[in-house]
Amino acid sequence: MASQHEVMVNGTARPLTGVDPATNALDFLRAQGLTGAKEGCAEGECGACSVMVARPDGGDASRWTAVNACLIPAAALDGQEVVTAEGLGTPEELHPVQREMAVRGGSQCGYCTPGFICSMAAEFYRGDRQPVAAAATSNGSGPHTHEADHEHGENGFDLHALSGNLCRCTGYRPIRDAAYALEQPAEGDPFAERSSRPAPVAAHTRLEGASGIFERPADLPQALALLAEHPGAVLVAGSTDWGVEVNIRGIRAPYAIGIDRLPELRTFHVGDDSVEIGAALTLSEVERGLEGRIPLLDQLFPQFASRLIRNGATFGGNLGTGSPIGDTPPALLALEAVVVLASVDGDREVPLADYFTGYRQTVKRDDELIRAVRIPLPVSGIAAFHKIAKRRFDDISSVAIGFALDVQDGVVAKARIGLGGVAATPIRALATEAALEGQPWTTDVVRAAAEVMGREGTPLDDHRASAPYRSAMLGTALLKLHAQTATPQEVGA
Amino acid sequence: MSALSERPANSVVGQDIPHEAAALHVTGLALYTDDLVQRTHAVLHAHPVQAPHAHALVTGLRTAPAYDVPGVVRVLTAEDVPGVNDAGVKHDEPLFPSEVMFHGHAVCWVLGETLEAARLGSLAVEVDYEPLPSIVSVREAIEADSFQGARPKVERGDVDAGFDDAAHVFSGEFEFAGQEHFYLETHASLALVDENGQVFIQSSTQHPTETQDIVAHVLGVPSNEVTVQCLRMGGGFGGKEMQPHGYAAIAALGARLTGRPVRLRLTRTQDMTMSGKRHGFHAQWRVAFDDSGLIQALDATLTSDGGWSLDLSEPVLARALCHIDNAYWIPNIRVNGRIAKSHKTSQTAFRGFGGPQGMLVIEDILGRCAPLLGIDPIDLRSRNFYADGQSTPYGQPVRHPERVAVCWDQVLATGDVRARQAEIEEFNATHEHAKRGLAVTPVKFGISFNFTAFNQAGALVHVYKDGSVLITHGGTEMGQGLHTKMLQVAATTLGVPLSTVRLAPTRTDKVPNTSATAASSGADLNGGAVKNACEQVLERLREVAGRRLGVHPADVRFVDGQVTTVGGGESVAWADLVNQAYFQRVQLWAAGFYRTEGLHWDSSIMHGSPFKYFSYGVAATEVEVDGFTGAYRTRRVDIVHDVGDSLSPLVDIGQVEGAFVQGAGWLTLEDLRWDESDRPSRGRLATQAASTYKLPSFSEMPEVFNVALLERAHEDGAVYGSKAVGEPPLMLAFSVREALRQAAAAFGPTGTSVDLASPATPEAVWWALEQARRSGAGQDEHGHVDEGAPGVVPDQPDADDRPLRPHSELAAQSAPGGA
Repeated sequence: MASQHEVMVNGTARPLTGVDPATNALDFLRAQGLTGAKEGCAEGECGACSVMVARPDGGDASRWTAVNACLIPAAALDGQEVVTAEGLGTPEELHPVQREMAVRGGSQCGYCTPGFICSMAAEFYRGDRQPVAAAATSNGSGPHTHEADHEHGENGFDLHALSGNLCRCTGYRPIRDAAYALEQPAEGDPFAERSSRPAPVAAHTRLEGASGIFERPADLPQALALLAEHPGAVLVAGSTDWGVEVNIRGIRAPYAIGIDRLPELRTFHVGDDSVEIGAALTLSEVERGLEGRIPLLDQLFPQFASRLIRNGATFGGNLGTGSPIGDTPPALLALEAVVVLASVDGDREVPLADYFTGYRQTVKRDDELIRAVRIPLPVSGIAAFHKIAKRRFDDISSVAIGFALDVQDGVVAKARIGLGGVAATPIRALATEAALEGQPWTTDVVRAAAEVMGREGTPLDDHRASAPYRSAMLGTALLKLHAQTATPQEVGA
Repeated sequence: MSALSERPANSVVGQDIPHEAAALHVTGLALYTDDLVQRTHAVLHAHPVQAPHAHALVTGLRTAPAYDVPGVVRVLTAEDVPGVNDAGVKHDEPLFPSEVMFHGHAVCWVLGETLEAARLGSLAVEVDYEPLPSIVSVREAIEADSFQGARPKVERGDVDAGFDDAAHVFSGEFEFAGQEHFYLETHASLALVDENGQVFIQSSTQHPTETQDIVAHVLGVPSNEVTVQCLRMGGGFGGKEMQPHGYAAIAALGARLTGRPVRLRLTRTQDMTMSGKRHGFHAQWRVAFDDSGLIQALDATLTSDGGWSLDLSEPVLARALCHIDNAYWIPNIRVNGRIAKSHKTSQTAFRGFGGPQGMLVIEDILGRCAPLLGIDPIDLRSRNFYADGQSTPYGQPVRHPERVAVCWDQVLATGDVRARQAEIEEFNATHEHAKRGLAVTPVKFGISFNFTAFNQAGALVHVYKDGSVLITHGGTEMGQGLHTKMLQVAATTLGVPLSTVRLAPTRTDKVPNTSATAASSGADLNGGAVKNACEQVLERLREVAGRRLGVHPADVRFVDGQVTTVGGGESVAWADLVNQAYFQRVQLWAAGFYRTEGLHWDSSIMHGSPFKYFSYGVAATEVEVDGFTGAYRTRRVDIVHDVGDSLSPLVDIGQVEGAFVQGAGWLTLEDLRWDESDRPSRGRLATQAASTYKLPSFSEMPEVFNVALLERAHEDGAVYGSKAVGEPPLMLAFSVREALRQAAAAFGPTGTSVDLASPATPEAVWWALEQARRSGAGQDEHGHVDEGAPGVVPDQPDADDRPLRPHSELAAQSAPGGA
């Protein structure tokens, strides 16, 4: 391929010539002398590598989106626009985010700081970020407007924007203060102006190197043809899982297909009887698209890793890895989602409950990819997502539970419960569902069903939690749900 | 007031200024060791070959296959070492081991043209291992009598008599975890050789001089052939006090052998599996109280988990023994200490340096015993505070003990603690599924290195002809703001604006024989040295100015860039005076030195006055616990902390907050799990990445976080009246743990005492609240505290033939004579 692959970094074109497909964007940037972004963990947990990328936001606009540069293959940035901490401002002319961080003591050792700057700047430029008072008077209380509380500033800053950035020095208070002190971008701010124009369109990319080949086809038919030609090729969307395999486990792909920008995988359709979500939409995009239509997922999103990860991670990826501790499967199982698989032979649909076959095994064939996830409507009236983990922000669950219950006239008409972390695959809590359906939604019934639920699955002991604790958490989850629906003010931490 | 502590009016010290490198941090321009690789030509990259056994002999090592990997340049093995094959100062840490001592131990290193080539080369190296039996927990070490190093003891009074006469005697045991430093920047070194074969190493190190020492002894050259520079660190926390040396030595060795620059930067998992951590401890204790809750006697045996080599385990243990009293007067006390030798990373310094471990034991004891005594933990703690005239168990008079009470009262008042206690009682009574707890805990922490020789520092101050000033000192910058403070000290001493002074990176050819930047002492020691150097220059300038202004030199004043007289008459600009002094051939630079006065310590009997002073602080923390899961939130924290007269309030507040959250991480969240099974992975660190080892994130920040520095806190005898700040506030986090304990106990009846594992993860809190519930359900379960004199006597050092047995076994044997 003779075409010139390059990334626009801080306004300067940086060729991808000679870059191996296994090289991540962080190492690529650092090799260019842009050493502001750092490697802290190489698995998308610390955010020291955070940079901003101009991503599509509706038809005509773009959105500065913070992502973990350590996870994304450099090749996947072909044709994209990237801004690093160096590109935002200089010591003589600090960007507003940089100024607030500097004067308030937001940096101590400074190593995590450039990453914080990029995550904070992305939230600074979020188009629908408005001061609390303005938000209250304009469009009321949509899912993306919040009262100022300990996770939201008066300026509309959502602290979850920084949930994927770790700081070992400050204890976070001055960083929060810096975030909450930010005003709106000034008139003529170049980054704000850039957002009013479309994001770069994805180019066809093919990069060959010692470790293998990365290819990003232009559309789905091309992708399926490549997949038919290279069955078992690694499919890369947000690369939030694959990047970890490359960096931490030293896995190299002889052939990787970039599917993150395929238009056919980025559809979003709300119908009368279902919502269809393109498999390559990021969780952040899905969250915005749903606008609160599926309350169970609204509970899930803020608990799914961090904003940095949600800006890359996709439903397709979370289901594609087949991990028993992915956070979306328990929720999607409860929602009775259907997986739409595509191959050169056409589409087929598989209920998610039949999708997983074993530890990281699914019914998806080597020549198939996940095109979309379909969630039937209407959704059940009682919905909850419980995630048991050591840390509230950005952790991997030891147990995850999705609840979707219909209670009519005090009787459980329908119960769907998805479980993660308690078996080799995500599972439905079928015995518990049976113990509830047709029964009154009362304390006695719930207690009995909770005992059944405590025996679901085959939890293991590991470094995240002991088996008895996992079982205990299964046992208490239903009690908690019942208590929440009965006396919401009693909900604990 | 001493000359050292006296502070001029309107001084630059005490001003609220941001970190000196803040603008570089936020723009991504601040350079860290590994950033220099991009600016260095033809660098080789180092990658380790890590052993997959906790304990094994290396019976064969074949490097030839690695050379078949494209890009592999050299494999470094023990045979390449021209000097001493040792990475430490105690000669018990072979750099290239023939016996693998922990899972992940590096047996050799591969150098490649790229990191990928070195990585693939390391996979190609063939190593034969003969696995050996291993010890991977402190309990296993105790049972196997596997110890190393000294077995110190601190003793005062008649301990046994203290138990005989006491109204209440309790005994128990407690094992608690260590902590990974998780500095965001992993260990990194970049070594170059010059035309004479001299070695220049840029290293992320808190102790450049010791890095220099170790590199020199590995290379078999004198120290004057090795220079170490540290630009700054992306966090240290003690993890880069002793541990960087071996990595620097590998880079230096590679550079000497290949003639090319060698870069060594550990990945996060390499760093976590190879470098040392905070020591986990095991404690056995018995304690005696009188009827009012005053402590009569304490008898404890602390066993630290040292890992495979001694490293800093002995001084860490000494500090633990010297801090088990925390802020409490304990008339009769005996504390024995010993260091387990286990097949784990060699545990090392970590912010607090054993102090937190010692103090955690007494705070755990008070937290467990308060309900059994029927005394509010707030009252139990404050009743036992030191009073004027009392001394620590190791014989040092406690100066300013009233500051604990002052901090305590201020926290109780500004934190509205008594009213909130009542609110919490009301909340807990009306909420079945959620409970709150509010705990207040004190800190008293000794400042100075226990090892007296380390309490010295040097500095180099250059005043150039144009009046600009360049300072260098022996301390390293790791985010703690030391350089910021040193700039402020220099500007204050010289009487010039801050903008006149610049600071050059720490390097061993500027200031030699430095101490580690550790023990919170960086500003005390280096500040003393910087001030001394500035004063030397000033004395000479005073003569010049006196002549120029026509006054006695003693009447010259240096204020804000102007040199004037005591009467404030004629003045001359600083730069003009300096220029004039140059033409008069006056020396305009000076080497400064400082040694802390008044310290003495006999480590053989653990007695003396090892600390210049004590730092004090108090924290009140309120938490809420979810009764369904054990998950919790920190609702509010109020802190008053004593930093003397602050040199730099913004920096000091940042240190207090950061230390508190880091301490809370250790006590509640951060979970080091080693594989203790008999599988082949035995000894492997199971939580060896950011995805499995969780640091505090925004979700752990207290929702309300009020930090105040104690006012009118001048410290006589320290630079400009200030006090150290790095470590002491870490231990304010005990209040989080005790609040969790109280919230968990609130799920049971009043007076319930619960055990709480450390770290108090949601799971641990869940088991604690389940214990409280069982207690409430009539199942008598008062934690694992035994009641009754004379208590269960902890293991004593003269009983070498008797292995430590579980507390329950000992309790059965000693048959306490009733409560």
